[in-house]
Amino acid sequence: MTTRVGVVTFPGSLDDGDARRAVKLAGAEPVALWHGDKDLHQVDAVILPGGFSYGDYLRCGAIARFSPVMETIIEGARAGLPVLGICNGFQVLCESHLLPGALTRNDHLHFICRDQRLRVESTATAWTRAFADGQEITVPLKNGEGGYVADERTLDELEAEGRVVFRYLDANPNGSRRDIAGITNPQGNVVGLMPHPEHAVESLTGPGTDGLGFFTSVVGVVGELVAR
Amino acid sequence: MLKPEILDPQGQAVQRALPRLGFDGVADVRQGKRFELELADPLDEAAIERVREMARTFLANTVIEDFTVRVEEPVHVRPEERL
Repeated sequence: MTTRVGVVTFPGSLDDGDARRAVKLAGAEPVALWHGDKDLHQVDAVILPGGFSYGDYLRCGAIARFSPVMETIIEGARAGLPVLGICNGFQVLCESHLLPGALTRNDHLHFICRDQRLRVESTATAWTRAFADGQEITVPLKNGEGGYVADERTLDELEAEGRVVFRYLDANPNGSRRDIAGITNPQGNVVGLMPHPEHAVESLTGPGTDGLGFFTSVVGVVGELVAR
Repeated sequence: MLKPEILDPQGQAVQRALPRLGFDGVADVRQGKRFELELADPLDEAAIERVREMARTFLANTVIEDFTVRVEEPVHVRPEERL
């Protein structure tokens, strides 16, 4: 049975096409989901892609969080559905309180667009099992509001529970606390990160294929769930 | 408003620009948002509580922002008086 991975399109999503393509290259079946449709169409996992949902009005991700599709995704995520939020999708997950903290304006105020080196800090999530602990990967980073903030107690908790999934290497690109690029929920099914693995799945169009592991990870996880 | 412990790079950029324009003596700038809501129904404590609820769940992100709700009388100005 082919794993079905839903990719949500909000008004203003940009990277839904690339995310669907990445899913396909990983050997799964991409399923387009629409923000106004509550139905998840029997998908096994969901990706919230990058972009500027609802024009980033109010706050990044704040309006998308209340869209009909998110009601079902929030419910599903609490029940163990694997959900990956990339960039704007990460912002949506924080606004939904599925992940703690928030993303704020880059400390230097510039939009940043570059290939970014990351360290995989945890492979105990639905989206990072194809990596090795401590593996260094390069994927594109492009955002204006990517500074990860949370209070000290939350940051300590994330560290203690091994829920920091990715850390920026080299220079911190946006002022994120403790160089955090991505985090997970306690169950490991919900992961959010600012960099864009879906842009690093083919050597022709990206800095390499380091991003592919995100998508092959979830295929394995869902396969196991089905076999159980 | 962003909570005091949250870095406000926009406010900092504004503060750095002020001396260049000859406005000295500003020690700190914090930038926030203001929403003006006009209610359809008469204002009572329940209506204000609804507005607080709006602020808590949607208008503000209480992870990084504080908010205050203030009641103001609507100011009706005739168009020719706007200037």
